[in-house]
Parts: sequence; structure tokens; C-alpha cells
Amino acid sequence: MVRKIDKDKARFDKIIRGRIKKDLKKYITGREMIGRKGRNIVTIPVPQIELPRFHYGNNEQQGVGQGEGEQGQPLEGEGGKGAAGDSPGQHALEVEVTLEEMAQILGEELELPRIEPRGKSRIMAASGRYSGIRKVGPESLRHFKRTYREALKRQISMGTYDPDDPIIVPIRDDTRYRSWTERQNPDNNAVIIYMMDVSGSMGREQKDVVRLEAFWIDTWLRSQYKNIERRFIVHDAAAKEVDEKTFFHLRESGGTKISSALELCTSMIEEKFPPLEWNIYPFHFSDGDNWSGRDTEKCIDLLNDTLLPVCNVFCYGQVKSAYGSGQFKRDLDKVFKEDERVITSDIPDRDAIMDSIKDFLGKGK
Amino acid sequence: MSIESEIRRIQVEVEGYAREYGLDFFETIFEILEFDELNEVAAYGGFPTRYPHWRFGMEYNQLTKGYAYGLQKIYEMVINNDPCYAYLLKCNHLVDQKIVIAHVYGHCDFFKNNAWFSKTDRKMMDNMANHGTRIRKFCEQYGQERVEDFVDYCLTLDNLIDPHAPFIERATAEDRFSPQGGVTKLKAKRYMDRYINPADKILEERQRHAQAAARKSKFPSESQRDVLQFLLNYAPLQRWQQEVLSIIREEAYYFTPQAQTKIMNEGWASYWHSTIMTERILRDSEVVDYADHHSGTLGTRPGQLNPYKIGIELFRDIEDRWNKGRFGKEWEECDDLYEKQTWDKHLGLGREKIFEVRKVYNDVTFIDTFMTPEFMEAQKLFVYKYNPRTGQNEIASRDTDQVKQSILFSLTNFGQPYIYVHDGNFQNRGELLLEHRWTGLELQMNHAGDTLRSLLALWQRPVHIATYLGGKRVILSYNGKELKTTEIDAERKEKKEEEKAEQKS
Repeated sequence: MVRKIDKDKARFDKIIRGRIKKDLKKYITGREMIGRKGRNIVTIPVPQIELPRFHYGNNEQQGVGQGEGEQGQPLEGEGGKGAAGDSPGQHALEVEVTLEEMAQILGEELELPRIEPRGKSRIMAASGRYSGIRKVGPESLRHFKRTYREALKRQISMGTYDPDDPIIVPIRDDTRYRSWTERQNPDNNAVIIYMMDVSGSMGREQKDVVRLEAFWIDTWLRSQYKNIERRFIVHDAAAKEVDEKTFFHLRESGGTKISSALELCTSMIEEKFPPLEWNIYPFHFSDGDNWSGRDTEKCIDLLNDTLLPVCNVFCYGQVKSAYGSGQFKRDLDKVFKEDERVITSDIPDRDAIMDSIKDFLGKGK
Repeated sequence: MSIESEIRRIQVEVEGYAREYGLDFFETIFEILEFDELNEVAAYGGFPTRYPHWRFGMEYNQLTKGYAYGLQKIYEMVINNDPCYAYLLKCNHLVDQKIVIAHVYGHCDFFKNNAWFSKTDRKMMDNMANHGTRIRKFCEQYGQERVEDFVDYCLTLDNLIDPHAPFIERATAEDRFSPQGGVTKLKAKRYMDRYINPADKILEERQRHAQAAARKSKFPSESQRDVLQFLLNYAPLQRWQQEVLSIIREEAYYFTPQAQTKIMNEGWASYWHSTIMTERILRDSEVVDYADHHSGTLGTRPGQLNPYKIGIELFRDIEDRWNKGRFGKEWEECDDLYEKQTWDKHLGLGREKIFEVRKVYNDVTFIDTFMTPEFMEAQKLFVYKYNPRTGQNEIASRDTDQVKQSILFSLTNFGQPYIYVHDGNFQNRGELLLEHRWTGLELQMNHAGDTLRSLLALWQRPVHIATYLGGKRVILSYNGKELKTTEIDAERKEKKEEEKAEQKS
């Protein structure tokens, strides 16, 4: 029998997934899903919908607590985030899970398909398996049991075997060695190349959005591939490779030449990640304000000629900055409308992260 | 022995002790549930037969996840009803069951005896089932989507009730028909008239009448706090919508006293579980488990007040003070510290006093009357404030006045704004004007705007709320298409009204 509560729960889930009652979607809290706490554990808030009511705003947050402490001392056991508890009920329930569970939850929540590794015939890795036996080989691979069995067979057939005094002496011809057969396996290596526009118009909030998005992309792709390499490229008018920390914190000023990043990405792939061995995922984030139409054309040529043939998919996320959203996404959409290898997504704010991840990874590429 | 019969045995024993101590409760029915059943019941607020709604699914989702990840666990649930229903978690340790059962009897006694519960519906279990049936019927008739949307609208407004309404005796018919128009003049000879009926008094009375008349012509004649009642009476609702709204309102009133007495209720129940356990039913082998459970319940966390903790400590403090005679004029006026420390008049009035307190107080009056500076210091209470510079909450003060004020503020009207129906015919266009009475905090404007949308769905004409923004008096309006904020010059308006009143007189 279906319990009453299951119906209500199903209804709630549908609202959360935005299938029904879309006007409630903006009241969903705890959708942000921030990962933190140690290396492998993250906390996720359980989603809640808080209906609007007439209630006080947060101007002048205060409350009463109980415990030790001097005046001016921050309260213990609270995160650095604002909005921390003045009244119960505003707290989103937070659950600790491991990254693996996390990826699973993410997959379920967003209904992400499992990724099909690109063209099986192309990315193959030969791996050996010891599954056979042969007569020659190094001593270290000698198969003890088989060798003695051969010796026994020989002695029985020669009539030299005496069950009462079962001494078996192998000779050279009896020795058997393990041998391997080679198998072609689809390879499990993937490289994610994050590229970000760090020109003046990309502020802290925009970088936070990119950071969160990158975290989720990592989490999902890690659950799909055995080995993940990540590379980071920042660019304004020129591009350079940086480490992860710099990537998320660097702030440059100046113009935007997206082609510079794509060029560097191309050469990086050529040098280090031969497409026959790697699944390649370039992600590019920008506010879309490219320097000039000519540079955009150059980008499109680069994509068409060099990048797209070697990548699993090329993802472009356009973050909305204080100066609005630029033209680049529209230009890409125009050219690659029919092309499944290019995915673009708008990320106006934090709330849109989940949707855009679904855009990027929802195709199972 | 099966768990059920074991629990039954404990229940009989505990009930005996509870009566011995003088607790007085409705018959209490215990149901023993598996954790997912208990979560289900809890999600429905204790009423398994409630109407269908997604928010119960949300509650359930939270409870289940919280339980699955080991973050939280409901031990028990008690329903204010005659008979009282109490739900126990089957997989609890037997010691836990003892504590919980003792705790339950504390709640039952409180429900039955506390004055604020005296007007609640004691047959709510049946009534909620009726509500459920009705709303389900509407769902079949008008479509789930439509009914649920309407329930959502009502829910966004369900804090707009008057918690004191059940206790207010409305003006009687006689008052309403008392002579209004004429001025009462005392009989007097002509030459004495201006002494007996002085002109300025007559004028004053005339003005008063004029004002009263003006008030009468207003709709509603007085600002009305029970916005839901007003909507029920005057909003152009269909029959089923009216029923849904009245169901939501009824349930809101039913749950109000529980919010009004959270600290007292939990404190009282904790006081009794601790008393009954430690004085009667606890076995030596169970001491550690009991202490573990009890301290878990009463544990404090920096940024929150634990109602269990504050409540039980305050009841114990009252008991102690009345036992030792630490109250009244003599005690207040004594300023000899040593004498105060050793003060003990051996009155032994403590028990009696706390029984009285549980009868007539609610959280606000309870804290206001009995929370002494000594108590606040002993309990290490402090006020914290959000420091925007560090992005953290910091301890702002341990000043007892401030602590008390802060607690009281958060409890008064459940920390929610006071909102009244001010005018049901605003601008003479049948629009609805609500008024937010200033208590020092602004409304959350985004939500206020969205709440107006719901209100419009019920009122079906433009709706407004007069409130404050950035220190200015503003009217936030929604006409079905756009939200608008207009500043109003309060003073000028008042003056105009005064002039009008004068002209009329």
C-alpha cells in the first residue's frame, strides 16, 4: 500500500525538481550545496521550501545564547557564514556525506546519465592479464602446481611413479610458466581543462560561482573516470597556465581575448594529452565580453579546426557579472546550434549552478 | 516479555507516580511506532490523518534524512487532545522509554491545566481527520493543483491571527445599540445651564461622538488583528475556498498555545521526567544511560537557547526560591549579600508555587516574572550580535537587562511582526490595506511582496501594506501586475484626518 506520506513526499520532490508549481522554486533553500569539511567529506543541506510570510528581515541580527565566553568573542561551533542561527527553523539541516555518495546524490538529483567514453575504438589501453600458460618464461613466473602436474603425468606415463613412495622430480621439459594475454580496454583517463576569464569585469562573486561549479563538475567526472587530471588556464588578453589556488583567486584587469585561452588549451592538448589516450573536457567560463568580433571568429575557427575534433565536449559557461552578460554565448550558439559537441549555459547567479551543471553533463558525453 | 507489554508495564508504573506527585492529565494513549512511522506522524504534526500537502512531505524528507545520517532522532511526540495521544519510538532503549513516558505525562498535565490551552479543541484528533476528508474531497472535485495552490496562499498568511482572540469577549449587542448621537445634557434651570453643562465639555463630547461616528463609518470600524477572520468574512471566496481558509485558521489557532508555551511546556515535562526518574523509577544499572540521555536533551549550544534547559532550570529556581522564601518585599529590599546568600525561611512552598505557575503563565510572562539577574548570571546567558566585519556572531553583552529584553522580544508575538487589517475599503475602491505596527524591525521586503501576491489571490482586488522602510513610512502595494512602494507623508495624512474630524463637528 502506498502510504499517505509517500504521496506528499513525491509531490515535494516534484516541486524541488521544478516539475510542478514552478512559482515555488524561488523559495527553495538549501539548494546551494556547498562542499566543505575536510578532504573527502562534504556537507549538503537538505532542501527546504520556505513559504513567504510577513516576517522581520535580518537587519539587526541578534539573539540570546548560553555558555562561556568574553564579550566580543565569536560564538564557537559556527561557520564563518552569516545568517547563522537566530531562530531555529531557519537552519537548513546539513548532512555529511563522502564525495562518492555526493556524486551519486548529484547524479540522482540532476538525473545525470552515466558518461559513455568517447569512441571506444579510439581510446584504448592495452592491459595485460595473466591468464595463460606456456613453456618458456622467466623463473619468477614459474607455475609451481602446473609444473609438478606435468612431471607427474610424465612419470606415470613412463611408469616411474610409485604411489608408495611418491617422489616427483620435474625436469626442464615439465616446467610451465604463467603468461599474459593482452586485452584492449576502453581507457579511463580524463583531463578537465578549466579556463577562466579573469579580466576586470569578473568579480569575487563570479569566481565563487565558477569555483562551486568546478567543484561539482570535478565530483561528477571523478565518479565516472578512474584518473582525472585537471589543468587551469586563466586569461585576460593573454593566457597562462596556473595552479588551482591561483586560478580561483587571481584577479587581473584588462581586456578579454578568449582566443588566447583556446590557443593555449590547444597546445596543451597537443603536448601532454594525446586525444587517443585521454577523454578531454575543456570548460571555459567568462562573462562573455570578448574583445572584438574578429577574436570571436578566431575562437570559432579554433574550435572547429582543432579543439572539437579531439574533445569529448566543449563547455562554455557564461557568468553574469556586474557589467551584464556579453555576446560570446550568443555567437557560439549561432554557429554551433546543431553541434552536440558544444554546450553553452547561462549562469546568472549561484542558484543557477545546478541547472547549468545539468546542461553541461546531462548529455552523458 | 514483548516490548509492548514491557512498555505497558512501565507506563502503568510511571502513571502511578505521576498521580502521586499531583500531576493531573487526560487519559493517555501510547502508540509504539517504528522510526519511519514515527517520522510520518511527526511530519503531519502528530495527526496521521491530516490533509495532503507537499510540506508534510518536506518535513518527512528532513526527518528521514536526519535520522538516516544520525543527526537527529525523535524520541516521542505528544498530542494535545482528550484523550492525549503519545507516540513512542519502538527501537528506543527501555531506559529511554521510561524517561520519555515520564516526560509525556508532564506534557499531558501541562496541556490539561495551562490556561492558554483552555480554549483549544480537545477533540482535534477527530477534527483534523474531518479537515483531511474535506480537503481531499475538494481535491477530487476541483483538482489537486488548484486546491493545493489555495492552501499555499492561506499558509503564507496563517501567522496573521490574533493569539489572544479566544480570550476576548466581544462587545455585546447592548453596547452596540447604546445611544450615540445626542449629547447628554443634565437638566438645569436656564441661568444655571452654563455652569452645569459647561460649553467646552459639551463641545468635547460632541467631538467624541463625531469621532466615534467616523470610526463607525470606517471598515473595519477598528483595526483587526485576525486578518484571516476578516478575509473569511469579507473576501469574495468560493464556498470551498472559504472552508479551506477556515480549516487553516482553525489549525493555526490550535497550534498557537504550543508556540506560546514552548519553554514552559518543555521545562515542565523535563522537570517531571527528571523528578520521577531520579526519585522513583531509575535502577542502578540505568544511571549512566539516563544521565547520557538527560544531558543530551538539556545540552546547550552557543548560538541557541535550549527551551528544555531554560525551562527546567527556571522551574527549579522558582521551586528553590519559594522553598526558601526568597521572594516578596522583605527579600527584594534586603541588600546584605551574606544574608541573601544564606536566606532560608523553610517555607516549603516550592512545589505548590510551580504548580500554580504552570497553570497561569505563558513563556513571555514566565520569563518576565521569574527570570532574575542571579538566574541569568548563573545560567551564563548572553546577547550575541552579528558582526558584519568578521562575518560572525559575537557575544555582545552579558548585561542582564539586555538579555531579558532580547529574550522577551524574540518571544513576544513569537518574534513576528504585528499586522492588522486597517482598511477594507482603501481609497474607497474596495482595496485592502494592512498595517504593520512598528516594533523596531523592518519587514523582509521580498517576502512581504510575495505575501501580498497571496493576499491578492484571496482578496481579488489590489492589496497594500503600510510599513516602514529605511526609517520612512511606506505603502507596499500589489495590484496583480506589479509591486509598488510609495512613500507616505504620515504627518500630513494625520493632519488631514484631524481637519476632517473638526469640520464634521
